[in-house]
Amino acid sequence: MLDHFLTRAVLGAVGVAVAAAPLGVFVVWRRMAYFGDATAHAAVLGVALALAFSAPVFAGTLLISLGMAFTVAALTGRGFGPDMILGVASHSALAFGLVAVSLVDGPRISLEAYLFGDILAVAKSDLLMIWCGAAAVWALILWRWNGLLLATLSPDLSYASDNDPEREKYVLMLALALVVAVAIKIVGALLIGAMLIIPAASARPFARTPEQMVVGAAGLGICASLLGLWAAWEIDTPAGPSIVCAAAGLFLVSSLFGRR
Amino acid sequence: MTALIETRGMHVKRGNVTVLRNVDFAIHAGEIVTIVGPNGSGKSSLMKALIGAVTPFQGQVTRKKGLRLGYVPQSLSVDPSMPMTVSRFLDLPRRSPREARQAALADAGASEIADRQLTDLSGGQFQRAMLARALLNKPEILLLDEPTTGLDQPGQAAFYKRIEEVRDNLGCAVLMVSHDLHVVMSASDRVLCVNGHICCEGRPEVVAQAEEYRALFGSGTGGALALYRHQHNHSHDDGASCDHDHQETA
Repeated sequence: MLDHFLTRAVLGAVGVAVAAAPLGVFVVWRRMAYFGDATAHAAVLGVALALAFSAPVFAGTLLISLGMAFTVAALTGRGFGPDMILGVASHSALAFGLVAVSLVDGPRISLEAYLFGDILAVAKSDLLMIWCGAAAVWALILWRWNGLLLATLSPDLSYASDNDPEREKYVLMLALALVVAVAIKIVGALLIGAMLIIPAASARPFARTPEQMVVGAAGLGICASLLGLWAAWEIDTPAGPSIVCAAAGLFLVSSLFGRR
Repeated sequence: MTALIETRGMHVKRGNVTVLRNVDFAIHAGEIVTIVGPNGSGKSSLMKALIGAVTPFQGQVTRKKGLRLGYVPQSLSVDPSMPMTVSRFLDLPRRSPREARQAALADAGASEIADRQLTDLSGGQFQRAMLARALLNKPEILLLDEPTTGLDQPGQAAFYKRIEEVRDNLGCAVLMVSHDLHVVMSASDRVLCVNGHICCEGRPEVVAQAEEYRALFGSGTGGALALYRHQHNHSHDDGASCDHDHQETA
């Protein structure tokens, strides 16, 4: 069954939508959109380093994304505004990544594959990575779910309940790095942020509790993946951007018809 | 008797500025203690240090082992992108049995808003939702950081009246930061006057006569005290607070 490339593409895209949902809601609630972008952009540098040292790309992106997330978190609140730090970090990470990729010896790799994804080239080993990564993201966020919610609502309430909001922040960063590493092959570094935010935002009008919003985000993300792949197959458009276009379409419908 | 929370020689910094120096403070079971002080005097920093949100730069904060603590923050801005009903909010960070949630909501006068979204609540309803959550684990001490900010006068009076009832029911200690001097004077066992350090401390009538206190607040509190007594007798409000004759639905 997994031998058909389209089956693998569907499983890969659905896996990314599933992995992105529980983190995407926090990215929306905590206004971390820019933070997600910076982390995703850093992944390009991770790709370059992984290729240079003949290491697995998954490990390279995971490590560099994690490093990026922690660096930004450490610098924020030391006299630098978060917006400024992220503006510096996000674009420099991307630029350094692009330069590093061009310096890697050997056959020139296709940059486009890492910027916009290369879903039709998903291998069985990639599927394994994607679904293990998705499982890890869910396990991590479910484990800390209530603590994360409280820390997101109010750090002070969280402290008063002996629930360290700083720890919750690192949990989210780890989850973010995992999602980036999982998603880069499918939608590419430039559009990972879209997969985090758009399905979560589309689920908002229909949700009364945080749990409903996560489930809705996962469902809408899966719909967008299938729609996008269908478009890619039928009218021969690039798969990653098509998925994001489908998500944007669902968002439009949801905000027009959702009750608030 | 051991203190519920105690600080010894505590200094607290905010950024590079020391906002509190050398604070020795203790609160015991059942006490109502109020912290007063001008803006920027370190009242909120003191509260944050007591709940553990700020680590003292020097000195220490000791809590009784296993202390059950309820905290009502000054205000909270809930991001509109976050769906959250009041009863789901009560389950953070630990889930409680349904009966316990209902009891806490009733005690806080918030039964009718259990299914409302946090973002849809009025100021008074929001504070009662916060109070309900604070009551949920049967606290030995309630910490309230200017809990009536943004409430109108009857709303404030009703909120403080409710705190008194809660204290009488639960027998918990109450520590609150307040601007409402008249409330402070009538309802507290002890008043703590803070301005970068503890200026003076003691029974309300003693503190009101203290020079340090008068230097900060002037001497017009006598009339305010009378004003508060009158407010006990008038209980009409427009849903922003909590009358007993509205409670039959609980």
